[in-house]
Amino acid sequence: MSTATPEPTDAPSASPSPVSTVGAAGSLTHVLGLLRFSTAGSVDDGKSTLIGRLLYDSKSVFEDQLASVQKSKINRSGGPIDFSLLTDGLRAEREQGITIDVAYRYFSTPRRKFIIADTPGHEQYTRNMATGASTAEAAVVLMDATKGVLRQSRRHAYIAHLLGVQHIVAAVNKMDLVGFSQEVFDRISAEFREFADHLGIRNVYAVPVSALEGDNVVRPSKRMPWFEGPPLLEYLEAIPAAVGSASGPLRFPVQYVIRPDASFRGFAGQLVSGELRPGASVMALPSGVKTKVQSIVAFEDEPESAVPGDSITITLEDEIDLSRGDMLVGEANPPSSGTEFQAALVWMHSEPLDPHKIYVLKHTTRTVRARINQIRYRVDINTLEHVPATKLDLNEIAAVDVKTTLPLFFDPYHLNRITGSFIVIDPLTNATVAAGIIDRAIDPKHGSRAAAAHRKHSTREERILRFGHPAAAVWLKGRPHVAELVERRLFDEGWQVQLAGPNDFLSHELVTVAKAFRLSGYITVFCPLDDGTDQKQVVRAIFGPDSFFAVRITDDTDEEAVDRVMTVLRKWRDNYSLEPEKGKS
Amino acid sequence: MALREFRLDLYGKDETVAALTQLDHLKALEAESMFILREAAAEFAHPVMLYSIGKDSSVMLRLAQKAFYPGKIPFPLLHIDTSFKFPEMIEFRDWYAKHVGVELIVHKNQKALDDGANPYSLGTQKCCGFLKTRSLLDGLAEGGFDAAFGGARRDEEKSRAKERVYSFRDSLGQWDPNNQRPELWSLYNSRHHKGESIRVFPLSNWTELDVWLYIHAEKIPIVPLYFAKEREAIVRGEQILLLQAGVRALPGEKTEMVKCRMRSLGCAPCTGGIRSEADTVPKIIDEMISFRRSERENRVIDHDEEGSMEIKKREGYF
Repeated sequence: MSTATPEPTDAPSASPSPVSTVGAAGSLTHVLGLLRFSTAGSVDDGKSTLIGRLLYDSKSVFEDQLASVQKSKINRSGGPIDFSLLTDGLRAEREQGITIDVAYRYFSTPRRKFIIADTPGHEQYTRNMATGASTAEAAVVLMDATKGVLRQSRRHAYIAHLLGVQHIVAAVNKMDLVGFSQEVFDRISAEFREFADHLGIRNVYAVPVSALEGDNVVRPSKRMPWFEGPPLLEYLEAIPAAVGSASGPLRFPVQYVIRPDASFRGFAGQLVSGELRPGASVMALPSGVKTKVQSIVAFEDEPESAVPGDSITITLEDEIDLSRGDMLVGEANPPSSGTEFQAALVWMHSEPLDPHKIYVLKHTTRTVRARINQIRYRVDINTLEHVPATKLDLNEIAAVDVKTTLPLFFDPYHLNRITGSFIVIDPLTNATVAAGIIDRAIDPKHGSRAAAAHRKHSTREERILRFGHPAAAVWLKGRPHVAELVERRLFDEGWQVQLAGPNDFLSHELVTVAKAFRLSGYITVFCPLDDGTDQKQVVRAIFGPDSFFAVRITDDTDEEAVDRVMTVLRKWRDNYSLEPEKGKS
Repeated sequence: MALREFRLDLYGKDETVAALTQLDHLKALEAESMFILREAAAEFAHPVMLYSIGKDSSVMLRLAQKAFYPGKIPFPLLHIDTSFKFPEMIEFRDWYAKHVGVELIVHKNQKALDDGANPYSLGTQKCCGFLKTRSLLDGLAEGGFDAAFGGARRDEEKSRAKERVYSFRDSLGQWDPNNQRPELWSLYNSRHHKGESIRVFPLSNWTELDVWLYIHAEKIPIVPLYFAKEREAIVRGEQILLLQAGVRALPGEKTEMVKCRMRSLGCAPCTGGIRSEADTVPKIIDEMISFRRSERENRVIDHDEEGSMEIKKREGYF
């Protein structure tokens, strides 16, 4: 039988036997592996046309897709086929003639598989450009030969560079509209190079193209004999693949612990840099405990070594404390380990950055709470000037100081794109609000928090930073069920909260209890059966009037009452300041 | 270098075949998919894998075996059975889940079926709405799943090109293409409120050809309908429909024996075959490379109206 057709009764990999026939095949050797590149621009630059042309000329467009484009009522191109319709996916885009999000395109040549992150180029889509560039090794900056280097071209080059893209291609498009003039191309490419030099971009390749007519996209242009470089696709095919360095320092974030039974404990993850093999010495962070790799375990074999990019599972010689979010590193060259660092932030949400808010920060496989302490400056992405700023809005980029609740194990982004990057999440809406690029650690000894670092015990400010709020009292007389629901909701949402029920303490202990919880920074939910006004006033005085919330009994349902309390508390939390406490002790 | 120089006919024994499977890009895709599977398994409380029985599901299942080896796959499979699937698919599903040793949940919209739902009387849009979309949302809700792995690839269809790896769905299971979370690096945001869920697509960056190369390299079992064979069929315009699972001939239509195979698998009434001689994986790969038609072309449902897949996806279809 032919092993390629396992009948349902066959074991899948039992003794494969040769298949009888070989058919014809095109050429297919992805000798250089995968290349991800980003493009940015609007329909006006002919970006979609360029991508459509790359797909079409590399024969990656299927006939039926092409037929559906040909029969479409819309043709903006002025040519026989509107290539941009091949790529503008969503209805809104087709109707409005704009590209509004990141789209991924795939095509292969005999030498390589390509993934294009296709992004819009307008200023209001900076976040999409950053998204596309975050995984790209090359960026194709498209310029219109009739317009030259525009703000948008500079913006794209800057964002690509910020996000660590190593190879920038300056594609001067619409050469057909300037009579394929060498003089025009030379002028535009020189201007772009000057700008790129200024940014510190090393690898710039400038190429004159006509996406509409196919010149220098896939095939060399006969109409521009003065240009001697390879066409765009040929250049992209030759870019060396960016693989993490096996000779680099070991970085293995633990992603998942595999424990099929008591005798096996495997640590799964994707190797970021360095090399792992049985016997290799490793150090666990944050514990600092050292051990050795016992084995690399895989589905069908036992690999002798793992290189960067491999998703692997390893076992260790010693039983050490290690779980998701921890990292195995080399003792000789460990990453920075700390809670404070400088970073560039690309703000991605319509709700602006709130320096008082506690955000969720995800870095490798580790998720912590964090605060953006300080905006050092904002970058004007059109002029690249550093502008003083107190807030950060959608699509703005700034240099900031970040403080996390637990230490992260990180490298500067320019050294390692994985251990140097993070995302910021709003804990209430769960939206991804920012992308972060780590610049360097802030040494706490020299930082503004030097005093705190040397204090013996934790301070109120440090507790606020960890919990996300100062202490407060919620007074819910006569509604114990609502009190329980409020406590549960707060707890589930990550607040530091404690229910102080009527049976949890004696009435004369109230003052002690209230003081203790206030000092510890808790949201304390009191539900007295009977509140003498005295008791209420005592607790109110202890927590301070701004942090005391008595819920009046109304005839709303339990759920409505809970929502009411939550609304008040969220508002309070979003507006509290780090000013000295107002309550009395 | 042509594929045949890799001697794909030797299915796994030949060194050059081994070289093909070592291709950097397949390795990179495999590693990325395993990373995504592990990440979601670590961060979600109740993940489930949507299992459609097709080749992409087979690949996804193999990747899950690899990601959690030597442990078991830490989530069940969920198959949304419209009852119009080819019988060979159901037979394969039951055998393969058992073979892999993974829990299989089968969900049907029994009420709609009892009411006689079928593509002929409802039209394909509505039929999909009841038997796939509604059924999927009900199946996910019943299981209390907060994440569902799907085998969709971005190269399948234009609207999928913008799909995130983690695709957020609101409490009604709907997708809002204009308000997706930005997704940078490999830092996926799994946070969601109760009732909301996230569809996770580990094969986002695979193409159809990648899937076949991997099936070949890994010797992954697939439903025999993928292989060319003489089959009893109706030829309706450009569609080749097999007379199975409720497929009805129109008045005047006659069946004939056609050597054909399925390029993708769906419901029998809405999935046409293609004429093909490819009866082995290498021959399918050869065919693919010379192929110039996209794989979902044989799906009646995608072509109902321009942008039809996007409409389905907004409503909650996978």
